[in-house]
Amino acid sequence: MLQGTLDVLVLKTLALGPAHGHTIAHAIEHRSEDVLQVEHGSLYPALHRLEDRGWIASFWGTSENNRRARYYRLTPKGRKQLDTQTNRWDALARAVNRILRPASE
Amino acid sequence: MRITRIFRRRRCDEERARELDSYLEEETADNIARGMPPDAARAAAHRRLGNTTRIREEIYDMNSLGFLETFWQDLRYGARLLRRNRTFAVVAIVTLALGTGANTAVFQLVDTVRLRALPVDHAEQLAEVRIVTSPHGRTGMFNGRWPMLSYPLYRTIRERQQVFTGVGAWGSITFDLAQGGEQRPAEGMWVSGNFFSLLGVRAAAGRLLSPADDVQGCAPVAVLGHAFWRREYGGSPSAIGSSVLLDGHRFDVIGVTSPEFFGVDVGHAFDVAVPICAEPIVRGGQGSVLDRSDVWFLGGLARLKPGVTMKQASAHLAGLSKEIQAATLPSRYAPGDARDYLEMVIGAREASGGVSGLRRNYADSLNLLLGVTGAVLLIACANLANLMLARATAREREVAVRLAIGASRARIVRQLLSESLLIAALGAAGGLLAAQWFSRSLVAFLSTTGSPVIVNLGLDGRVFAFTLLIAVAACLLFGVAPAIRATAASPLTAMKSGSRGTSDSRERFGLRRALVVLQVSLSAVLIFGALLFGRSLHNLTSVDGGFRQAGIMMASLDMRKAGIAPAAQQAANARVIERVRSVPGVGAVAQAFTTPVANDFWNERIVIDGTTTKETVNFNSIGPGYFGALAIGMIAGRDFTSADTAQSPKVAIVSESFVKKYLNGGTALGRSFTIEGAPGEARPSLEIVGVVRDTKYTDLREAFLPLIYIDGAQDETPGPRLPIVIRADAPLSVVAPEITRAIGAVHPAISVQYLTLRAQVEQSLLRERLMATLSGFFGVLAVLIAAIGLYGVMSYMVARRRREIGVRIALGADRRTVVRMIVREAGVLLAAGLAIGLVGAVFAARTAESLLYDLQPGDPATLGLAALSLGTASFLASWLPARRASRLEPTLALRED
Repeated sequence: MLQGTLDVLVLKTLALGPAHGHTIAHAIEHRSEDVLQVEHGSLYPALHRLEDRGWIASFWGTSENNRRARYYRLTPKGRKQLDTQTNRWDALARAVNRILRPASE
Repeated sequence: MRITRIFRRRRCDEERARELDSYLEEETADNIARGMPPDAARAAAHRRLGNTTRIREEIYDMNSLGFLETFWQDLRYGARLLRRNRTFAVVAIVTLALGTGANTAVFQLVDTVRLRALPVDHAEQLAEVRIVTSPHGRTGMFNGRWPMLSYPLYRTIRERQQVFTGVGAWGSITFDLAQGGEQRPAEGMWVSGNFFSLLGVRAAAGRLLSPADDVQGCAPVAVLGHAFWRREYGGSPSAIGSSVLLDGHRFDVIGVTSPEFFGVDVGHAFDVAVPICAEPIVRGGQGSVLDRSDVWFLGGLARLKPGVTMKQASAHLAGLSKEIQAATLPSRYAPGDARDYLEMVIGAREASGGVSGLRRNYADSLNLLLGVTGAVLLIACANLANLMLARATAREREVAVRLAIGASRARIVRQLLSESLLIAALGAAGGLLAAQWFSRSLVAFLSTTGSPVIVNLGLDGRVFAFTLLIAVAACLLFGVAPAIRATAASPLTAMKSGSRGTSDSRERFGLRRALVVLQVSLSAVLIFGALLFGRSLHNLTSVDGGFRQAGIMMASLDMRKAGIAPAAQQAANARVIERVRSVPGVGAVAQAFTTPVANDFWNERIVIDGTTTKETVNFNSIGPGYFGALAIGMIAGRDFTSADTAQSPKVAIVSESFVKKYLNGGTALGRSFTIEGAPGEARPSLEIVGVVRDTKYTDLREAFLPLIYIDGAQDETPGPRLPIVIRADAPLSVVAPEITRAIGAVHPAISVQYLTLRAQVEQSLLRERLMATLSGFFGVLAVLIAAIGLYGVMSYMVARRRREIGVRIALGADRRTVVRMIVREAGVLLAAGLAIGLVGAVFAARTAESLLYDLQPGDPATLGLAALSLGTASFLASWLPARRASRLEPTLALRED
């Protein structure tokens, strides 16, 4: 996976609603139709980092399988961050596209 | 990142562990749901997540502060090592505490006396107003500790200047608080009315003096110093409105100054401040010096107007000098004095730190002491570096292992340095404590009975910064080289060599040798300095001043409160002397204006009859029996007798040097001279009736100077003070109370103060004694530390060369040869150190030349003595390890490991 994209993918996933680590990892893989493989081990440090920056918050809840799990949700600050990063990603993607596929009129 | 998270790390980590567990359970459940058997499902989940400990560590590290974190670990590790190695720790910390303590203490004194600003508003604007040309031109009477201006001169400067917002004046005087009997001196201060407001001093109670209090014919009011108020009145507010007795005159207390204000003379603290206008009151109505411009007793202090520089102010005053002096020319000045007076130049000098006789007298000594203590610290650091090097060698394998398994060199250096830092910090803390005791002892040393030194030795930021600085410098000095050295060896060689030691490379030994040479050379400088100062003091104490010290006591009698009419004064003096003479145990009593090496002096211009040249000669006014009491030999003629009175012809006795210098060694008896006075003032001529041996006048250091004695009984206008010398056969402590009683019997209101001549001589040599004592102490300390250093290096070398020495002995080397070999090694180090040190010592001594008496800075005998003492210490330090080496049992040494 592209360096630094994990953060924005986590934020995007949480924008749909609170989730715990296991769900987040699988959700990213699933929604990318298994193109993006999350290294589950590196997800947790990333979650810690995001929480530290105040973009996400955590709480203990009960999972679908009735287990205790640590849930994360997006904070307002995180939502703003998600917008910024999405815009930045769009700009980047457009730029890369312009180079790879020059307009052919 | 929130700092608090560091402290919640453990809980945070536990939460992470649970979170990861919950992941594993979810993943396992998913896998089972996909049809895997439970064991395989759990294993797959683990594979998917990876190493959980790694993940936790990664998160844990995110919560730490990196460098600080490891630093704290290193400190704890260092502390553990020090605890395990107590002897080393104690030696290291105590040496450093002594070193930093001595430095801090001396710096504290330098700070107090030289650097610190007065505790007043905007001290940087303060200027001292005074005569800036050499003292030539000022004759007359000089009273107090800072006699720079006369009152008329001060008033005229104040009125005519335009560069200051105000000019104030102050002077020092000792008041007697007692009613009679033994005096109770209090430190008095004359102040102009604007003095306190000019400085911005605040009152702790009551009010301070204002210009309205300082007018002609003013009421007797006084402001107390804070410490005096606490001491005498217990800090009670009722002191305001009560009265204080100063020299028998009642003064109303109107206020107390704030605690931090001590006056403007650093080294002294005033007890009572009174307005200058009260001077006639203190004189008891017998005239005043306020209209006398030849009585110098004030210091001038001014505040610059905004925008005016010190240079401009000084130039302004210099421009006004001529007219100011013309307006204040003393009427009794002879033409020569008047010309000198008119040529003086007034100026302004920076005075943010106040003024200080202490500063003037001790600036050189303090700087020198700072250098000495710095050198001691350097020696101590060199010693510690050597110890650390030895320890680093012992830990070589540990370090090598850590390097081999991937520790970075910087990390290990940092760890070794943390240990040094710990030692330095503990040493500095100890030093700060030691400094408090030490600087107080220093001040106590400088204090004498007559003039206690009172300074505020508070720990200000500057002192702290200084201690911190030298601690860090020390740490770097003794810590860096060993740390770098310890990590320099390649792990392979270090681990291969093991404890057996490939014979140490010369290069490695080189550093340790260099350190010892440094120690030896520095201690050579210090011990040489100590010997110089010691010998200088010895020269001074054994110098023949021409007078007896044993059993001599001076008593200054103050009869102002007794209310004796001036006409009856001579009779009263005679009666007092008669009564004191009859006290049992008193051998001789005589009036004496001044005694040898006292601070008082008196000189006059005379014209010897038959010549026209005017000479300025020192005077003393004495009574019959003075020469006998002090054992000053009579060469020709006679002593004064009771027949010499105010009515009889005026006579004088002169010293040998007087005859030699002014009479070409010819006959003195029968010659006469006159004392020059103001034009039109008749002065009788004095006939020389006797010649006595020379004595020192104000200073043991000076050569014998011509001296004229006149008879105090011939003084037509004797003052109410009578200084006498007493030779007692019984101990002074026994005789003094008896004398006080005898004087009290003449009149109970006569007060008296005693000082022994021996104490007076010692006080005059205070600076020399200070330098000799301290440099001696530090010199011995330096030699001791250097000897320990040499001993350490030699022992270490012997230990490393056990096998080699064992082989030599086994091959038949004589034990004496072994001793000689080791001692020769030490001798080379000593010789190198001495050679460097003694050259340095001679250069260093040049800077201290002014502090030496009858001794050249390169005195060969002293050099020899320094080399000898250092050599002896070094020989002992190397002989012990050498003897140990020679007793080596070769079979044991060779069989080891």
